[in-house]
Amino acid sequence: MNDKFEPLIIGFTCNWCSYRAADSAGLGRLKYPPNIRLIRLMCSGRIDTTFVLQAFANGADAVLISGCHPGDCHYVEQNYKAQSRFLLMRRLIAQMGIEPQRLQLLWASAAEGTIFAAEVTRMVEEIRKLGPLNWKSSQQLTVNSKQLAAAEVAA
Amino acid sequence: MVSVGNHPNINLMAYSEVTQVSGYVGNFTVTVRQKASYVDKEKCTGCGVCQDKCPKKVIDQAYEAGLGHRKAIYKPFPQAVPKFPVLDRENCTFFQKGTCKACEKFCESNAIDFKQQDEFVTFPVGNIVLATGFDPFDPRRIAQYGYGRLANVFTSMEFERLSSAGGPTGGKIVLRDGVTAPQSVGIIHCVGSRDKHYNNYCSVICCMQSLKLAHLIKEKTGATVYNFYTDMRTAFKDYDEFYQRVLSEGTLFVRGRVAEVTDAARLPGEEGKLIIQAEDTLIGKQRRVPVDMVVLSTALEPRHDAKEVGQRFGISGSAAGWFIERHPKLDPVATMTEGVFIAGCAQGPKDIPASVAQGAAAAARVVGKINQKEIAVEPIRASIDKDRCSACRICNNQCPFKAISYIPEKNGQRAYSEVNPALCQGCGTCVAACPSGAIAGTVFSSQQIMAQLNGLMLLNVNGASVEEKVPA
Amino acid sequence: MSKPKFAMYWAAACGGCEIAVLNTHEKILDVDANFDVVFWPVAMDAKYKDVEAMEDKSILLTLFNGAIRNDENEHIAHLLRRKSQILVAFGACATQGGIPGLANLSNTKSIIDTAFSTISTDNPFDTLPMTRFDAPEGELTIPTLYPAVKSLNQVVPVDYYMPGCPPESHQIAAVIDLVVQVLQGKAQLPPTGAVIGAGNSSVCEECTRTRNEKKIVKFARIQDFKPDPNICLLEQGILCCGSATRSGCGAVCPKAAVPCVGCYGATEDSPDHGARLLNAVASVIDSRDPNEVEKILDGIPDPAGMFYRFGMPGSLLRASKAAWSSEQ
Repeated sequence: MNDKFEPLIIGFTCNWCSYRAADSAGLGRLKYPPNIRLIRLMCSGRIDTTFVLQAFANGADAVLISGCHPGDCHYVEQNYKAQSRFLLMRRLIAQMGIEPQRLQLLWASAAEGTIFAAEVTRMVEEIRKLGPLNWKSSQQLTVNSKQLAAAEVAA
Repeated sequence: MVSVGNHPNINLMAYSEVTQVSGYVGNFTVTVRQKASYVDKEKCTGCGVCQDKCPKKVIDQAYEAGLGHRKAIYKPFPQAVPKFPVLDRENCTFFQKGTCKACEKFCESNAIDFKQQDEFVTFPVGNIVLATGFDPFDPRRIAQYGYGRLANVFTSMEFERLSSAGGPTGGKIVLRDGVTAPQSVGIIHCVGSRDKHYNNYCSVICCMQSLKLAHLIKEKTGATVYNFYTDMRTAFKDYDEFYQRVLSEGTLFVRGRVAEVTDAARLPGEEGKLIIQAEDTLIGKQRRVPVDMVVLSTALEPRHDAKEVGQRFGISGSAAGWFIERHPKLDPVATMTEGVFIAGCAQGPKDIPASVAQGAAAAARVVGKINQKEIAVEPIRASIDKDRCSACRICNNQCPFKAISYIPEKNGQRAYSEVNPALCQGCGTCVAACPSGAIAGTVFSSQQIMAQLNGLMLLNVNGASVEEKVPA
Repeated sequence: MSKPKFAMYWAAACGGCEIAVLNTHEKILDVDANFDVVFWPVAMDAKYKDVEAMEDKSILLTLFNGAIRNDENEHIAHLLRRKSQILVAFGACATQGGIPGLANLSNTKSIIDTAFSTISTDNPFDTLPMTRFDAPEGELTIPTLYPAVKSLNQVVPVDYYMPGCPPESHQIAAVIDLVVQVLQGKAQLPPTGAVIGAGNSSVCEECTRTRNEKKIVKFARIQDFKPDPNICLLEQGILCCGSATRSGCGAVCPKAAVPCVGCYGATEDSPDHGARLLNAVASVIDSRDPNEVEKILDGIPDPAGMFYRFGMPGSLLRASKAAWSSEQ
């Protein structure tokens, strides 16, 4: 069934480096798989665990957090905060049974379109091998609530 | 420079360092350390007699590039502005041995003050322009080029002093012995730049500088000149025309990186010469070129203290260390900190016209800001809901621009933190960090990002699970 | 005119919520004076069929505590929803899953194994629970365990949420007062879906400890050292959940030198309590070196359990893969 599996990856990029890296990949006509959907933030320091968990809970197979190289942040040091959050998030999702590879961190400067494209390509392939995540929504966790409701009406 | 020095609205603080910056655009407070120069600026007339009478000679590493001398009390160069000399404490006989005071004796206006101390001055400013320049690359780091080991290897800065009419040789281009004119000279480009071992970037000025040096050598000595270059980069007005002129003067160009400069002769004709070993990539051969003199066109590097300076002014630097502009194309003068501008090589290697243009642009931006009377800020800002803020102080150290301040409990009003919108640059880090969700960010609010996220989830990669709505 | 009807039920819960209600002291008499208590299994005898026989919407107020752990819990939730005008998710378990929600980190089989066959269990015949058994007297059934614990609002619509493990008695008393005033026409109910009996800031607001800028270089637990009694626990490296947890309890734990465990749940508009806390804690780690950060994070041995101690089922991920992939 994995033949047709196309992973859905949500990528969070910062306005100054990684979003521009994606842009420069485009300008350079570099190809990378369309499986990644980018959301632009002003800074990788804006990354909120809520967004990452929402992505996983609602069907993303992987999440990429991407920002400026350490020491290169347009906001001086905020990418280090993204880094700490990322490291803790990865521990959390591992406990939840999500493979740590499904959450990745990528530093890419505005000039590194090639690196961005190559890394996204690599990540898509890695997730393709890993297979779908298919996180269960609340409805799927209910065993037989509909049957129960029907039984109540009958009673 | 003189007109800057004389301008009534310009307060020139030479021999000084900014130690602290706080506040925000229109309202910065700057503390400057004015280093003790031991010369009372109120009294000094700039006559220069102290310099003449000072008995202590010091090798001048700065202006003379190590080729000439200055005194222990000195002006960096004759036309320096301001005109006041500085006493170099490390080399002053009085400070080191306790006697001398020749300068004090001869000074007619009693301007020498050996008791002077460093002074700290604090004053408000509205805008800041950083034009802190660059450091020249030290070619000793490339041992195979022999600088510092082989006498007749010069840096471009040394060469500038040699060819200057006011320099130590009076403008004569000679070898290190001070008398012999070179018969042949090799100029090596890209020393420390475009080289992954040192700096990846192009230092911009070296091609044109090397062409100028080649032209001067030709003109003054008639020597054979070889240029070893990586690529000739003669962009901009009249530059390529100058290249053509230097070519027509008979300067030789070898395209290829120099492997080594050595004095070990192997072939006839190499004895007593410096041999430049390089690959000529246009003919695909190794070449050994014996010359009398080698000039290294050294790279431009960020100032050694660029990182600390950047932190002090709340602006960021690239991995290499150049200050980062707000936008590489659309805003190359401003920085991410409102009210702090950058100009010249502090932002990246550039030549004089570009530095002048950027400096003028920065000045114009500041004048614009002053004339506006009001500051227009980007709408992307964070704000704290005072009622929901629990004053946990998690956010207090999240802001590198010091926009968040803590307001302690006062008169029954409970404690809270607040964002100064003039200082906030809108990165959103505090919005994400706020544990109680009391910080909201405009334009990139959590609700907006969640909506984007949910929107992206509706589409699956295999095809359209959402019907495309085509306008009728 | 007869008094309005009142019900209280416990699903997957410890009973602490009931104790907290009793802990309102004489205020409990107001409940009796103003309400006709029709169903409260802990306090009085009543059968499910009595409730089933009531008219729909005949109970004015139902306080439902406990999480939804099995089909019986869910059945009663549906039943009480049908019979009640106002259904209140009462306590941490009903609002977000609570302590039983930690089961969502484990596979159902491993939970049963732990309970019935580990070395500390005296189970000589390896008896395992069965949901159905044919006895000579007829078929016997017990409720079926769900693969994952749910909060009340994940099975039925809920009118109000009253967080806390348990809700603080003074907050319960205030809510009883409010309801009585509403009955007397002196006050109005808050909008549906509101959190009642709690504040709108975080626990730090009520905490008396001195707070400074936070820079954490090491996480520790209260048994590891003697924390300064006057300074914020988080600053001292103790993982206190207070900054991300809704106020209303009066910061009783941190005031008593025990870190907040987050029982009041997330603050207003925060969809995920643990995520907020994780962001905040990670942001104040004082290191830029990823290896050093990892070393500091080793001081939080169980992030999921720590950040979601009371809120796993109510969080965005709801349950670990181990739980939702449990074989039924």
